[in-house]
Amino acid sequence: MKGIRQLASGGPAWGALIAATLVLLVLREAAPWMIRFPEGWTVPLTPWLNSGMNWVISVFGTYFQAFSDLLSVLMRWIRDGINSLPWAVIVSLVVFVAYVVSGWRLAIFSFAAMFYMVLIGFWTEAMNSLALVALSVPLAVVIGFFTGTLGFANDRADRIIRPTMDMMQTIPAFAYLLPILLLFGFGPVVGLIASLLYAVPPMVRNTTLGLRNVDAEIIEAGRMAGATNSQLFWRVRVPSAMRQILLGVNQTTMAAFSMVIIASIIGGTADIGWEVLKSIRRALFGESLLLGLVIALMAMVMDRLTAQIAARDTSGPEGLVGGARPRTLWLSALVLAVAVAALAQVLPFLREYPAAWEFYPADQLNAGIEYVVTEFAATINYIKQVAFFFVMLPVKVGFEQTITPFSWGFAFTDTLKTGYGVLVLALAALSWWRGSWRRAALVMFFGIMLFVGISGMPWPTLIAMATLLAYQTGGRRLALGMAAGLGFLLLAGVWEEAMLSLYLCGLAVLICLLVGGALGILAAESDAVSVALRPFNDALQTMPLFVILIPFVMIFKIGEFTALLAIIAYAIVPSIRYTEHGIRSVSKEVIEAATASGCTPWQLLWRVKLPLAAPVILLGLNQTIMYAIAMLVIAALVGTSDLGQRVYIGLGDGDFGVGIVAGVGMAIIAMLADRMTQAMGGDRM
Amino acid sequence: MPEDDTQPSGSGPSPELEPKLQCRNLWKVYGAQPESWFRDPKALNDPAALASRMREKNLIPAAVDVNFDVAQGEIFVIMGLSGSGKSTVLRCLSRLVEPTFGEVLLDGEDLLRKSARELIEIRRHKMGMVFQNFGLMPHLNVIENVTFPLTLQGMPEKERRKRVENVISLVGLEGREDSYPHQLSGGQQQRVGIARSLAVEPELWLLDEPFSALDPMIRRQMQDEFLHIQSTLKKSIIFITHDFLEALRIADRIMLMRDGMVVQIGRPVDLITNPADSYVAEFTRDVPLVRVMTAADALAPGATQQPSAGQPEVAATATLEDLLPQLAGRYDALAVRKGDRIIGQVTPESLIDALAKRTAAHGAAMDEDGSETAKDSA
Ligand SMILES: Nc1ncnc2c1ncn2[C@@H]1O[C@H](COP(=O)(O)OP(=O)(O)OP(=O)(O)O)[C@@H](O)[C@H]1O
Ligand SMILES: [Mg+2]
Repeated sequence: MKGIRQLASGGPAWGALIAATLVLLVLREAAPWMIRFPEGWTVPLTPWLNSGMNWVISVFGTYFQAFSDLLSVLMRWIRDGINSLPWAVIVSLVVFVAYVVSGWRLAIFSFAAMFYMVLIGFWTEAMNSLALVALSVPLAVVIGFFTGTLGFANDRADRIIRPTMDMMQTIPAFAYLLPILLLFGFGPVVGLIASLLYAVPPMVRNTTLGLRNVDAEIIEAGRMAGATNSQLFWRVRVPSAMRQILLGVNQTTMAAFSMVIIASIIGGTADIGWEVLKSIRRALFGESLLLGLVIALMAMVMDRLTAQIAARDTSGPEGLVGGARPRTLWLSALVLAVAVAALAQVLPFLREYPAAWEFYPADQLNAGIEYVVTEFAATINYIKQVAFFFVMLPVKVGFEQTITPFSWGFAFTDTLKTGYGVLVLALAALSWWRGSWRRAALVMFFGIMLFVGISGMPWPTLIAMATLLAYQTGGRRLALGMAAGLGFLLLAGVWEEAMLSLYLCGLAVLICLLVGGALGILAAESDAVSVALRPFNDALQTMPLFVILIPFVMIFKIGEFTALLAIIAYAIVPSIRYTEHGIRSVSKEVIEAATASGCTPWQLLWRVKLPLAAPVILLGLNQTIMYAIAMLVIAALVGTSDLGQRVYIGLGDGDFGVGIVAGVGMAIIAMLADRMTQAMGGDRM
Repeated sequence: MPEDDTQPSGSGPSPELEPKLQCRNLWKVYGAQPESWFRDPKALNDPAALASRMREKNLIPAAVDVNFDVAQGEIFVIMGLSGSGKSTVLRCLSRLVEPTFGEVLLDGEDLLRKSARELIEIRRHKMGMVFQNFGLMPHLNVIENVTFPLTLQGMPEKERRKRVENVISLVGLEGREDSYPHQLSGGQQQRVGIARSLAVEPELWLLDEPFSALDPMIRRQMQDEFLHIQSTLKKSIIFITHDFLEALRIADRIMLMRDGMVVQIGRPVDLITNPADSYVAEFTRDVPLVRVMTAADALAPGATQQPSAGQPEVAATATLEDLLPQLAGRYDALAVRKGDRIIGQVTPESLIDALAKRTAAHGAAMDEDGSETAKDSA
């Protein structure tokens, strides 16, 4: 046992595994099952799951249906309620709230945003989306609050709740939709329930966290004031945790909205998400830009409003403009609404915005985009090709298949192959000689992987290496988890798709880390850069994932490259943020001490700041991976061939088993990546 | 341990009244199943040994056989290094922390036998507590924070308002009633904390390092106000502090703790001039004796009871520091008055004598203990 442990914690194990990989690769003609897991060996999970689901539906279907009907009724009420109000009333109420919680700037911004929806003539669609949010957020908040309280009050409950919430958030959004569709039937209710499921976890987490973090002295003060247990909870603990709880409301709102938009993919909702999707599918980019902007604006207004409410809370009503009491505010809002409604009776355009006054410059935009795309077609193509042949394909299928006279301008002859092999070996030997077997192993691994591509690697040794890595970073339990998770992917028959997910995701994360890291460093060193980057970061983070696709599809059309760019655009934000934050929080004294001992600025960065910021940067890496995986599913819309695509296919065909297996597969990858990065940080954080 | 039997002159506890609070053999042990250690009554005979056996088993005895009384109207100060169990003892008295063993008698009634309901009533009417980091509710303004305990009791609005106005003016927070805690300075926040604890008109007032989070100037000012408040309200007070000078200014008696155990209880001057061991001596080492010793501590032996003509009088409680300017040249002797009686006189010789004796005693305590520990480690 001890021998095994020693072996597993050092370099020889890596040497053995790399040698084994080489052997397997030499033998691959003879035993193709090492590369491609034979279909006959897989477990027929999909049919099992489907029959399980059928059973559930046949037994419990009526209950789900009843629940769904109940929600439908509620939703119809809200929807009709919102639709029956003149647009001017809703706009003025939102503006009023914005003014009260934050002031003129947000009020003006909200007005511009809302009026834009009216102006381009998509008010009703936007309000249909809003109706879904308006129902799912309060439900999610209530459910989340009580679940979070349970987790706070009972450790055993917490141990169950926490991983469940993790799971709910890492299962990709699309994978939710199908079971809901099957259980609850077609229609807007699906979006509602999906957004409910997706929006509950942040509320739960923030509630538990907030309640737990209330200062012990405040609780003692409450008890000394003679509070009974329920007084202590409702009048001391909850109000003191309110800031965190409201932060949960903010995150919940954003999650709910984002899911409402995603859920519109199943159609039949007549909401703004559906309109955007329709226009993307028809390649009408002017339309998708204009409508995507509606979604983006809605997201921004919701985010700013809820974030402001959370931010001002602890300062009490005095944080409100004019220091007004809540009762006065409610009253003023009511009066305002009635007044505007009355006015709308007199001025009909406040009720129905006349079509003639609408401004919908989609055609002009289309023409503009068309012009740009054709004008720069050569450049765009060039970028695409370079990225494709020199970066993406080598990772995916290896130099072996990428280097051809057509793509690289020369053939990958046997001489070149030998040269490549010698080069890799030489580099590995150099690292070895310098005393770093880790680096040597790394060089060998990537040397081999770039030669045959990630999809050409033999699975037995790949799994063994991943397990070994898990063992070395996180110990036995992580190694077991890794082996079990990868084993599932293999046996469920989605290994190949999983590798393709890994390829897209890994490439995106790597680029995010490099580019985002560089931007983060710049932002940390220069306030101007930091200020300039902030609005981009904010916008990218609040944007529902769909919208991020639009500009990239517009320029680069459908394809893996577009998917990669969209993933990068979304996942780069945490890289930038955490790097900047990490470097900025390196203690001043340490920097002064280093400077005093003669560090050049460059040395200061590499030798002092980056190492000290490493734990925070690692946290950013963790977030980057999570974001990339979340975007992976959405990116399936623009044509990928990975797990995300299978989730999407499962949804399209109504095939529960296919969708859920792929969805769980992605959740497994996400969780393994999460635990791995946490374990890596473990000995440093 | 020097007995505290000599009744302190000046503002000591009055002997006639029953103590407000009595703490008897109080233990608090953190860890797994601490109760099981108290089944054998014989084990309690040697608390120090019991505590060290507990530590070997990875339990944390945070309060070890603590005994003390607090008289009506007395300011009783608890001191000790960080982690010595001061807060634990204080919280056991209000049962914010549930004691593992012992008795806490408030007006002769054992608090540890009270039901949860009774305890709430006691906290609502008899106890007030002030916290190091103020413990204010962030979502309530000054008035609401101060009223909070009264609101919980369901006291009628009118009565509530009257009481709160009183305490707010007592702590000098008029004009800030509508501010929120985050808008106040540390000193102001602690005034709110004090006002809140006084709003219920408690008989027993518990303060856990109330001024530690404040800077020295504000701290001094708050101490003055604290003494002023006490001079009108006459609460029975237990006050924790790290700062010996603070303890000197306010304490009637001081209890010094180490590793959960009581090391010494006595008047400030007793701790300085009669330290029980080197720990106490170390604690009080930097305190200037002239500020602690009073005229009554430096009487000339065999002096006449009657003042000679023209001889100035000083109060028995005057510190030696106060006497120095008068003795430096102008007068040979000062008559010391206690109440309506002259109890003796102080001369430059007697003053120097008293100082010398005490300094020697202090040094001896430190040396003696020091050599002991040196032997131990050898
Ligand atoms: N909830 C707890 N669980 C375990 N040990 C505790 C707990 N609370 C306090 N202790 C331990 O009890 C001992 C006494 O703590 P206490 O807070 O009473 O010290 P203190 O004298 O008030 O210190 P300070 O001056 O730092 O406030 C410490 O060793 C502390 O670690
Ligand atoms: Mg303490």
